[in-house]
Amino acid sequence: MDRFVYLDNSATTKISDRVFQAMVPYLTEHYGNPSSIYAIGREAAMAIEDARKKVAAALNARPEEIYFTGCGSESDNWAIKGVARRLARLQGKKHIITTVFEHHAVLHTCQALEREGFEVTYLPVDKLGFVNPADVEAAIRPDTAIVSVMYANNEIGTIQPIAEIGAICRAHKVYFHTDAVQAVGNVRIDVKEQNIDMLSLSAHKIHGPKGVGALYIRRGVPIDNFMDGGAQESGKRAGTENLASIVGLGEAITETYENFEQKTAKMAALRDKLIDGLLKIPCTRLNGGRENRLCTNVNISFGGIEGEGLLLLLDLNGIAASSGSACTSGSLDPSHVLLAIGLEHGIAHGSLRLSLSAETTEEDVDYTLETVPKVVERLRAMSPVWQEWSDDERAGKNL
Amino acid sequence: MLYSAKVMEHFANPHNVGELKDANGVGEVGNQKCGDIMKMYIKVEDGIITDVSFMTFGCGAAIATSSMATDLIKGKPLEDALKLTNKAVVEALDGLPAVKVHCSVLAEQAIKAAIADYYRRQGVDPTPIVGNLDDECAACGHDHGSCSCGE
Repeated sequence: MDRFVYLDNSATTKISDRVFQAMVPYLTEHYGNPSSIYAIGREAAMAIEDARKKVAAALNARPEEIYFTGCGSESDNWAIKGVARRLARLQGKKHIITTVFEHHAVLHTCQALEREGFEVTYLPVDKLGFVNPADVEAAIRPDTAIVSVMYANNEIGTIQPIAEIGAICRAHKVYFHTDAVQAVGNVRIDVKEQNIDMLSLSAHKIHGPKGVGALYIRRGVPIDNFMDGGAQESGKRAGTENLASIVGLGEAITETYENFEQKTAKMAALRDKLIDGLLKIPCTRLNGGRENRLCTNVNISFGGIEGEGLLLLLDLNGIAASSGSACTSGSLDPSHVLLAIGLEHGIAHGSLRLSLSAETTEEDVDYTLETVPKVVERLRAMSPVWQEWSDDERAGKNL
Repeated sequence: MLYSAKVMEHFANPHNVGELKDANGVGEVGNQKCGDIMKMYIKVEDGIITDVSFMTFGCGAAIATSSMATDLIKGKPLEDALKLTNKAVVEALDGLPAVKVHCSVLAEQAIKAAIADYYRRQGVDPTPIVGNLDDECAACGHDHGSCSCGE
């Protein structure tokens, strides 16, 4: 099988040539420690500050509000634990608000804080995959330290009403963090206008390198250091910087917002073609609303089959994708996101996520639309669930 | 998830797939909540499993273990088929990832369920021969803790 169609860009993306070329000098001749005083050290420090400006520019933040981290998960951990613990200590605030369908980097961070004595409110999401800002407002208490709501969901691509939630948090003087790992590069973000106090992002989702992320921390937000040590990252996140990768992140975030309207329009058109084509297969449903959806995200459930088999057969046909099936995660339950929007376990197991990038082509989409129906049919032919379903069920009556 | 070449071979080209129209023993184990359902069909003549097939809703390992298990009991006397362990299925597949071992348990249980059904159809109480298969949680083999399988 020569053909390879990569439709798992929400998992990671291919590093762009431009990003790679920007990084190479910092893996070779420019190896100085950014903390050193001599020329190659200063050069490295300047490269980091340049990358910081680029990240800040993409978010409408100030450069000194951008802190480089090791990944999106680190940014989430730092933002929530850093603010929650500090406000608990200083003001006795021990309440956190988040949602049921966050990434595990946020959910497990909140669960860890519950073990430390924090109280967490997990807001529900509606059937289309959206948080209601009124629920956020209703959940805020005098002892609420922080609200964390993801910018866009990683599995179903729904873009949350971030500006509204930001305004509510600001009005109630509660700090607002958003995990924007899936949103950066696909939507325009303005942390000032949207009243965002902290924002997590990751380089490898936007054609940058793995192992580097950033956390935007609005000036004045009280937060504990993530790593104590040297003076790197204003002393808040010590440790010699991941120089080449930080340079890569700066380049990636700049590149991702170039020709933005054109690229996102193209991706949205391909996304819609995929969704419309796949929904022609009987007994399917689109997970997540069509409006306010990432231009990169397709998530479809196929009744009567299980996701891992689907992924393996697609892989044998040269298509890389992912699923909300338990079998692909090593856990026993299917995706908490799909369960949160009300899917039955059996239907959640049979889901397929296809995630596009600016490099996805019409040919990729056409090939996928040719291949998926065959694979689904093959799995249904051996499925005892499908075998036992009535015609109504096979027509998708229960989805 | 690293599957052996043998698992991938059985997944990509499973043996004995589909409904066996003239089966005289059919067993189904697992449930959708867990994400795995296996249905085994056997045709028994003079105490020998002369034909066997399966239908599976489940992951790659579930399909591969079903395929391998049917291979291992085809043409065998019932007593031999009852002795088939999940371990033998795993070994025949050159191993399974730890989180997938429950699929092989399901395959073993599906065969036992089909044989039990065969005995029932013959008017023979299968419990002394096959054991008690009513506990779906045991069949699924998952260590759920707060499992609600079979609800």
